[in-house]
Amino acid sequence: MDGDLRLPPFGLSAQALGQLMPMHLWLDTACRIRGAGPTMLKLMGPDVLGQGLDSVFSLRVPRRADHAGALLRAQRLLMKLRAAPGTGFKGVAVPLTGDGGVLLNLSFGYAVHDAVRDHGLSATDFAPTDLAIELLYLHEAKVAVMGEVTRMADRLQGAKVRAEAQAVTDALTGLGNRRAMEAALDRLLASESGFALMHLDLDYFKQVNDTLGHAAGDHVLVEVAARLRASVRGGDLVARVGGDEFVILLAGVHDLSPLQRVGALILHRMSEPIVFQGHPCRIAVSMGAVLRMQGETVAGDHLMARADAALYASKGAGRARLTLAELDGSCQPLCSAESDNLVDR
Amino acid sequence: MHGLINKSLQAFLSDSFGSALWHEIAQRSGVAQAIGPDGFESMQTYDDSLTEALLLAAAVVLRRPRDSLLEDMGTYLISNERMEPLRRLLRFGGVSFTDFLYSLDDLQGRGRLAVPDLALPEFTLDERGMGRFTLVCRGGISGFAQVMVGILRALADDYGALAVLDHSDSAAEGEERISIEVHDPAFHAGRRFDLSAEAR
Repeated sequence: MDGDLRLPPFGLSAQALGQLMPMHLWLDTACRIRGAGPTMLKLMGPDVLGQGLDSVFSLRVPRRADHAGALLRAQRLLMKLRAAPGTGFKGVAVPLTGDGGVLLNLSFGYAVHDAVRDHGLSATDFAPTDLAIELLYLHEAKVAVMGEVTRMADRLQGAKVRAEAQAVTDALTGLGNRRAMEAALDRLLASESGFALMHLDLDYFKQVNDTLGHAAGDHVLVEVAARLRASVRGGDLVARVGGDEFVILLAGVHDLSPLQRVGALILHRMSEPIVFQGHPCRIAVSMGAVLRMQGETVAGDHLMARADAALYASKGAGRARLTLAELDGSCQPLCSAESDNLVDR
Repeated sequence: MHGLINKSLQAFLSDSFGSALWHEIAQRSGVAQAIGPDGFESMQTYDDSLTEALLLAAAVVLRRPRDSLLEDMGTYLISNERMEPLRRLLRFGGVSFTDFLYSLDDLQGRGRLAVPDLALPEFTLDERGMGRFTLVCRGGISGFAQVMVGILRALADDYGALAVLDHSDSAAEGEERISIEVHDPAFHAGRRFDLSAEAR
């Protein structure tokens, strides 16, 4: 220390001090409030002059301030107004010469946004050198930019969901497509539980297309899709995997009866004629099915191949029927349009 | 050109002239073909030629000179309800219209603080005394100063000041000038500005 710090040859009027530091407090040595900058006066009200710092503020650092020394020893002051809404401040205390007491300069810190809202402050309440306004500007800019980013992310998320749904949907019938079927089959194969896979093929579909046109063909596909959908439970998957080919996956099936019931229901619904612009479209459906028993390990394409073989057995046996492929490759007829084992069991 | 600027242009055209005309302008300019029918995203950067093509098509479709469209866009940015966040951000620049004019030197930097790649033109304010100023605008698309004329007119109104503005091309390449005369900084009460957006 060179001890050469001389007193500055100037003093400040209260007005000049208020302009320089609108958020200052002047305390006497017993920590009573003797004066304040215009912004602090606005926050505290004029009645605080003469009151102890402790009675106007609740102090956090230091805990108590009954004499000026406590304030001067603290590196940084932290305090809150006792009056609602309890606006917080940080600050610094410096000694005044003679027995002038202490000068505190306060700021809102991060709470500036709340303080400005709660007390209706304006730019002129801050010293022009105070970065409070810049902080508020940045806060608003951030909110505005985040809003734009969030809206953009929402739009992209919506587009992604739509694109994903389109990627697994057959546009004509609204059923799942081959990709949806393969994904569902993979999930079932990975699970322990038993399930049934049905492979369906429309008979005479080509003739409808050739004689009545593609619009009639499309109408038939849409109608068949609706009838298949109506023949299974909500959680079962119905997919259109080719021109006139469908696959149905029935989850949680452990024996033949649900398969028989669904097959009979489909045959029953398909016995109702499909009419396009007054012309009946003669259509039948042949079906092959396979069961994956609980805990059985089998590849998806092997299941498909067996269901396929059963489907051709149905076609060979006169169409409009359901055939089951057994594990050993043999085929067992389950139900047909001619037999009477329909619907309600 | 940053998406925020392009999207503002889109919002101005679509809000002022209807979405049918906006779609026609987007088609004619090739913007719809380049980026899709929904138009610009705010947080992306687009090639400057898209903005130029859009302005060209808008002038043809709306049968309006490009300069007057740009000035109207400036007015729209301050006075339309949808652009309230922008009006507020600009009002942070100063407590009075004259004080705001002084803050224009910082506009580029302020813009960059909010959005680092916004790339606004550079503004320099020259004070000529007696409430007379010259604002020099460098960089950005040609005609940006016209947008600024609209913004300043609307903001003078917003502050309650009476100001006369005039745009002129500068002798220097890529530089435009706006002369500003502030006659009465407190001409009328203006619109209220609370530092806190939630205050009322």
